[in-house]
Amino acid sequence: MSSGKSTPWALRLATFAGMLFLHLPLLFILLYAFSAEDKSFVFPIPEFTAKWFSVAWNDRPDIWPALALSVKVALIATLIALVLGSLAAAAVWRSKFFGRDSISLLLILPIALPGIITGIALRSAFNLAEISFSFWTIVVGHATFCVVVVYNNVLARFRRTAGNLIEASMDLGANGLQTLRHIVLPNIATALLAGGMLAFALSFDEVVVTTFTAGQQETLPIWMLGELMRPRQRPVTNVVAVFVIAITFIPIMLAFWLTRDTQDVAGSGK
Amino acid sequence: MQTAAITRESHGVAHAIANALYRNPRLLLALLLGPPLIWLGIVYLGSLFALLAQSFFHLDDFSGVVIHEFSLKTYAHLFTGANMAIVLRTVAMAAAVTFACIAIAYPIAYYMVRHASSKMKALLFLGVMLPLWSSYLVRVYAWKLILAKEGVITWFAERLHLTWLLDGLLAIPTIGGPSLSTSYIGTFIVFVYIWVPYMILPIVAALERVPKSLIEASADLGSRPRDTFRNVILPLSVPGMVAGSIFTFSLTLGDYIIPNIVGNSRPFIGMAVLAQQGTAGNIPLAAAFTMWPIVIMGVYLIVAKRKGAFEAL
Repeated sequence: MSSGKSTPWALRLATFAGMLFLHLPLLFILLYAFSAEDKSFVFPIPEFTAKWFSVAWNDRPDIWPALALSVKVALIATLIALVLGSLAAAAVWRSKFFGRDSISLLLILPIALPGIITGIALRSAFNLAEISFSFWTIVVGHATFCVVVVYNNVLARFRRTAGNLIEASMDLGANGLQTLRHIVLPNIATALLAGGMLAFALSFDEVVVTTFTAGQQETLPIWMLGELMRPRQRPVTNVVAVFVIAITFIPIMLAFWLTRDTQDVAGSGK
Repeated sequence: MQTAAITRESHGVAHAIANALYRNPRLLLALLLGPPLIWLGIVYLGSLFALLAQSFFHLDDFSGVVIHEFSLKTYAHLFTGANMAIVLRTVAMAAAVTFACIAIAYPIAYYMVRHASSKMKALLFLGVMLPLWSSYLVRVYAWKLILAKEGVITWFAERLHLTWLLDGLLAIPTIGGPSLSTSYIGTFIVFVYIWVPYMILPIVAALERVPKSLIEASADLGSRPRDTFRNVILPLSVPGMVAGSIFTFSLTLGDYIIPNIVGNSRPFIGMAVLAQQGTAGNIPLAAAFTMWPIVIMGVYLIVAKRKGAFEAL
């Protein structure tokens, strides 16, 4: 929408400063991962070393199970969110029914309400139902707030898909299943993938709901929270943090790329 | 190839089921809507109601056992001075954070929509999305090391001969403290940093919906750009700010990790909930505390919906 009008310098400055504010802190994480000083956050960093990467890799066996658990939880939660989110999106798109407008509200509630509420609500429900805390209680918690991400992406795609494509398919003699397979799924495939990527990133990072729905299990963010509260080797925490940034960076970029020439930009629904 | 595949499939049971579904839209709707509704309606809303129910139980004063009977004792406890101070502190922080987020987000959003080239816009968009989706804990942690007494900010303040300013800020009673990472100022900065992307995206969405014809009409009728902004663009972008504030306000109300890592140890609602349900074992009071964010956000969401903020989400 730039129309050749001159941009006030104050606006440029505010935008630039705002973006700097958003991104500089992450650079410091990277910088401190190479710090030889592991007792404090002294700046400028007195000495640089790369040894923490090998320490994190070799000498900290507590990291690996946490990472594996996080990946497993995120994969299953994403799978559940993909199914539930696209079903809900299809229902809202195809039909009018009583309470349709409330569906979005219901779906967005688990991320619009603070995580502690979702967490403590699920925890007390599990307690009341005498379900013991396990891998699956973590998954249930994560899937609950991941649904909305998939729903938003798929619904946005559905709304741009012409409904008459489906009618045309039916008129030409395809049955419902064939229409689903040859028309609907190819149309929403990238939206599903983008939604799935974001759901994965969301679950992989989640710490609050996990605190309440996990028993003894330790996901990577829970491990990290422990390190923040009682630091053992600060730079190792930084190394893991850099790794976490990298591992969430990839799905986010992919999701962005998958929805790049559409208006339904993947992340706006978080 | 495609047509061959299609004709081959069009026989048998699947065919019958598919056609039955197409002829019975209600059945199809039930099948589509059933699973997500069962999950969110029963698992999630059910849990919220279980939580609500627990807030009407109370803790026996002598035995410390939760009495499963309806009473308002827990709520009476909730409205005592110390607990109200926690609520007020949290709400004040949430309001301050929300306004700061608007102040930072609006220029970025405005620049993105009205001035940036399409390439620049995509770049800025990515620049907002990445922090939004990257790890919350990592980003909080980044500030822990930036705000530390021996850390980056102190060093820069020294280089720029601004130590007096930093010390002056920290000397302010209530919001100051021994260092940035143990003061309300620090907590505030981290909250703003974490939630600001949630404010940018809805404002962008709202600004994009301002019809160009209205802006042109305003100019044609002789308004200066500043007046057009104040009388046309700003009011039309209010839904975006309201939508963004749903997140900034609500998330600040319930967060307990940020004030735990950066800040003095005076509790916020989230920390009180955690302490009550954990070490104190007073689940009814923890549940009653969570009613604050729920009620505040419930009212907020209803108002926001009236203002049309949901279109900007």
